[in-house]
Amino acid sequence: MLGEIVKGLRTTFKYLFKKPVTVQYPEVKRPVRERFRGRHELKRFENGMERCIGCALCAAACPADAILVIPGENDPAHPNSPGERYAATYEINMLRCIFCGYCEDACPTNAIVLEHQYELAYYDRKSAIYTKEMLLVPPDKGHGEIPPILQELNRRPSPPAQIDL
Amino acid sequence: MTAVADPPTVAAYPYTVPSPQEITRPALAGGRDTMVLNMGPHHPSTHGVLRLVVELDGETVVNVAPDIGFLHTGVEKTMESKTYQKAVVLTDRMDYLAPLSNNLSYVLAVEKLLSCVVPPRAQIARVVLTELQRIASHLVWLGSHALDLSAMSVFLYAFREREQILDIFELVSGARLMTSYFRVGGLAYDLPDDFTPTVEAFLDIMPGAADEYEALLSGNPVWLERTVDVGVIDADAAIAFGVSGPMLRAAGIPWDLRKDMPYSSYELFDFDIPIAKKGDIYDRYLVRMAEIRESVKICRQGLQRLKDLGPGPFTTTDRKISPPPKTEITHSMESLIHHFKLWTEGFKPPIGDAYVGIESPRGELGTYIVSDGSPKPYRVHFRAPSFVNLQALPHAAKGRLMADLVALIASMDPVLGDVDR
Repeated sequence: MLGEIVKGLRTTFKYLFKKPVTVQYPEVKRPVRERFRGRHELKRFENGMERCIGCALCAAACPADAILVIPGENDPAHPNSPGERYAATYEINMLRCIFCGYCEDACPTNAIVLEHQYELAYYDRKSAIYTKEMLLVPPDKGHGEIPPILQELNRRPSPPAQIDL
Repeated sequence: MTAVADPPTVAAYPYTVPSPQEITRPALAGGRDTMVLNMGPHHPSTHGVLRLVVELDGETVVNVAPDIGFLHTGVEKTMESKTYQKAVVLTDRMDYLAPLSNNLSYVLAVEKLLSCVVPPRAQIARVVLTELQRIASHLVWLGSHALDLSAMSVFLYAFREREQILDIFELVSGARLMTSYFRVGGLAYDLPDDFTPTVEAFLDIMPGAADEYEALLSGNPVWLERTVDVGVIDADAAIAFGVSGPMLRAAGIPWDLRKDMPYSSYELFDFDIPIAKKGDIYDRYLVRMAEIRESVKICRQGLQRLKDLGPGPFTTTDRKISPPPKTEITHSMESLIHHFKLWTEGFKPPIGDAYVGIESPRGELGTYIVSDGSPKPYRVHFRAPSFVNLQALPHAAKGRLMADLVALIASMDPVLGDVDR
């Protein structure tokens, strides 16, 4: 009987000399995996054009009804996106969003991508609604046909959408 | 005229579950010298928001009534307003310690409705991931069970290993808990290249880790005192209450849907069904620990099978069910139409119903779906193992000490999200 207790104590004693497996969270951050589904970003093409064409398929695919897209007609002289339409309004309610990634799977132009940021906090409900300005990457952060993060081998979903500019 | 025997009264039937009012009403009326204690819904050892109305005589439990519903989320009803594919994300949120098992039960039922053939690679991947899920779930059970009986080290060690499994889920699906990785027709995305080495690294350490937990618990006199011959649910009671899973197998009945009604190609795997004899808390501990080791065995076989199969489709090629890859939609109008159609309207299964039961870490997790031919399910019902298993609680707790009730709840491993749905 005493032997069994000593056996248990020996097990725990061993860990006195081992490094802890925990990390001190706010100071030390555990890296996330490539496929991690965090905060969304609206991507751009290399020339700075928005990838989003305002088709609202993300809003249709969203199980939580968190996305609002109101499309607008492109001004042919200064188009926001290739094609006829763009998203005049694009809002995601982060309190409704469940980060399932269905919007990303549904997006035909790979415009919306769930990136790695996961520290989202707000003081009121209104600031939980992320507008297009907050979601859209800066104009110089555009990229070619595929968002760079998707180019990496193991990244979710899918190869590029070939859209002729 | 021959004498007709009286029908058995309800009181004579030993396998009943009292309602909370059956205890509170006489107590409020007065004239009883027992004490009624309200345990929960915010009690750490009720493992969630379970309220127990306990009638005590001194420290002996005279009667106990589980009061459930505090975590009712209306998952089943909400599914009626979602398309079949969208409803997958809701299943994650029922039994939150085993989301992949929930995913599997649901998608298998929908696939049965559709008579959809799932590619072998997806089937094996599902088996490997649900077995990892079983280990993760059992580790939470072990940790919280030991913590309830004041063994804190086990809790810390168990969660250390569970973290690795959650990391594998993040690697595969992008989320640690709410995976939504199994979709109707197959998987959401293909397995990543570093899946096999990551899982193998985990499987290498898991048996050693299980040895460590057992070194702390198996022979420990305090643990034995609290668990052996406590909270007995014998075979008769287990069958009468419809108990399934490790609790049933601890009572000596080798019933496991993975063997008895194989799904998702479990028939190809070689594994044992651990059983015990008495059905007390210690037996449930032994069965679950043995199941962790069996799951490691199944995962290894699964990885070997994945290697033998090589790369292949991870979802069905039926474009009426699973959206086409995005490379196709840019040059094929038909694919683009399928893509838009599936993400907006969804697919329409034929009119009918389907039931699929799987062996979740807690027992038989069944999904019953009725289709009226529209893209949304007419009715979805889940046979939740935690709910059914919880019915045996009063039977096992009566006449035991209050402290045994805590150990009993922990050994039943209820997940309140699963109980209330």
